[in-house]
Amino acid sequence: MAAFVIRRLLQSVLVLWLMSLLVFVGVYAIGNPVDILINPQADQADIARAIAALGLDQPLWQQYLTFLRQALLGDLGKSFAYNIPALQLILERMPATLELALAAAAVAVLLGIPLGLWAGLAPDSWAGKLIMSGSILGFSLPTFWVGLLLIMLFAVELGWLPSGGRGPTSLLLGIPVSFLSWEGIRHLILPATNLALFKLSLIIRLTQAGTREALLQDYVKFARAKGLSNARVVGVHVLKNILIPIVTVIGLEFGSVIAFAIVTESIFGWPGMGKLIIDSINVLDRPVIVAYLLIVVSLFILINLAVDIVYSLLDPRVRLGGATD
Amino acid sequence: MEREPTPLQRLVADFARSRLALAGLALLALILLAAVFAPLIAPQNPYDLAQLDVLDGRLPPGSKSGNGLTFWLGSDDQGRDILSGIFYGLRISLLVGVVSTLCALAIGLAAGLCAAYFGGRTDSVIMRLVDIQLSFPSILIALILLALLGQGVDKTIFALIMVQWAYYARTVRATALIERGKEYIEAAMCLALPPARIVLRHLLPNCLPPLIVVATVQVAAAIALEATLSYLGIGVPITEPSLGLLIKNGFDYMLAGQYWISFYPGVALLLTIVAINLVADRLRDVLNPRLQQ
Repeated sequence: MAAFVIRRLLQSVLVLWLMSLLVFVGVYAIGNPVDILINPQADQADIARAIAALGLDQPLWQQYLTFLRQALLGDLGKSFAYNIPALQLILERMPATLELALAAAAVAVLLGIPLGLWAGLAPDSWAGKLIMSGSILGFSLPTFWVGLLLIMLFAVELGWLPSGGRGPTSLLLGIPVSFLSWEGIRHLILPATNLALFKLSLIIRLTQAGTREALLQDYVKFARAKGLSNARVVGVHVLKNILIPIVTVIGLEFGSVIAFAIVTESIFGWPGMGKLIIDSINVLDRPVIVAYLLIVVSLFILINLAVDIVYSLLDPRVRLGGATD
Repeated sequence: MEREPTPLQRLVADFARSRLALAGLALLALILLAAVFAPLIAPQNPYDLAQLDVLDGRLPPGSKSGNGLTFWLGSDDQGRDILSGIFYGLRISLLVGVVSTLCALAIGLAAGLCAAYFGGRTDSVIMRLVDIQLSFPSILIALILLALLGQGVDKTIFALIMVQWAYYARTVRATALIERGKEYIEAAMCLALPPARIVLRHLLPNCLPPLIVVATVQVAAAIALEATLSYLGIGVPITEPSLGLLIKNGFDYMLAGQYWISFYPGVALLLTIVAINLVADRLRDVLNPRLQQ
């Protein structure tokens, strides 16, 4: 186990280093930030001073070494556009993204499991068929298009919910959150639903397939033969057995919820990390791009590592890449 | 005497038994025709500035333009006919989707076959690469590449190739490993045929059926991802607008109630994706030997 974790950590560090190199060279080879960030009306001396201040006059490899040394010290450079440290900027935006992602995961689980159970218990009823066809749509429709439809229907036509932004936030343990006020929840509903849609379809399908399979098992027949109520058979015996794969998938997919938050945040103007990265790409704010990519890649490496380890603990049949022998 | 139907005839007959799949195929054919013949059937060339009049801007569906043209689906802020914009946008969307899928298919096929046939170190290096890549969501990889490379049709295609190849590599390897253990490959090896011949003439054709299904689904996924990237403003440039970019351009007006600029390109995107998925779904059933009687 220890050997496996160490090997996976080393591999992760390698991936991270390769990413830093790739991202740095790539980002610093695009265009000339001087043209974008410095007022074209400025005179030569001003431009030269700005270039020196931003460190853009150094050779590329030297810029990279400086960047790498500072990255290891937790300093990922200053945002060109906001003039505050990139790391701080991203960490400030992170709670908004995490809140959105958690809200989306909650919507997906709270709606997905009951709907999947329903469709699994009555696969031939019109409701079951409707749920399953709906889940196919949820898979194949692009997230951003559904988001636009939601805005069109609930914000523009009906005027029930705001079309974008985060609304007022209140502090919970020093972190700004939306879900404590009604106005905040109103702003959260549409983006969270939009982001949840894909995972919701996934959970519906998993639950439905699991339920249909479980209903044929001997333990369910035995429970029914014992005269247990339907609610108890489904709520305890079936649900307990289908939850393991569902919990695993939710864990595995949480990373991709954060990645897809980029799209949802851009549509709804939700002030999280995803909107920040798109805005930064558009103005070539390179320190922020580099810092975002490194932070998100590290986050994914950690999530993947944690899922691997937890999975091996939950299910002893899983062998960890030969490390256990 | 009645002749035995060829395998292809049997596949076609199987496919045609699902009316939904036939509807999907018909819709897909219409979409392809509209894209290919866009310059001939579009009421207006939306990128010829001489044909545009800003006074015709943002007219609702069904209005007449200054020079007598009817905007069946309305016009955008520049006075472009939305219907013509959709025909031309489909060209870009389909081009990016199909080209990137074919290139990724070729790369994934080569990588997967090499991994399965040579095994050992080659296999573990290729599959480790595939594993690492598949542990990141596709949109994140595309975003990283486009953040590095900048906008452009060619760059978007490249990013989509890099996103997709790993799916094919994994599918091909899994299929090829099963086929490799079968007797006809053993027989070919006993004949001392060169490895290239065994891989290309014997292994490859037998790995194709599952690959065709994955490729069809992936075209739809590639089109959706391209639309998403272009919507975010990091995909194709404004000079070659795909459906995603058309949708983006109408977004601000949508909040003002002028829905048609974004809505109809979105419907076109939706129909394309649904049509491809219907066909892919039927192909999966038809090509799966386990489901045949």
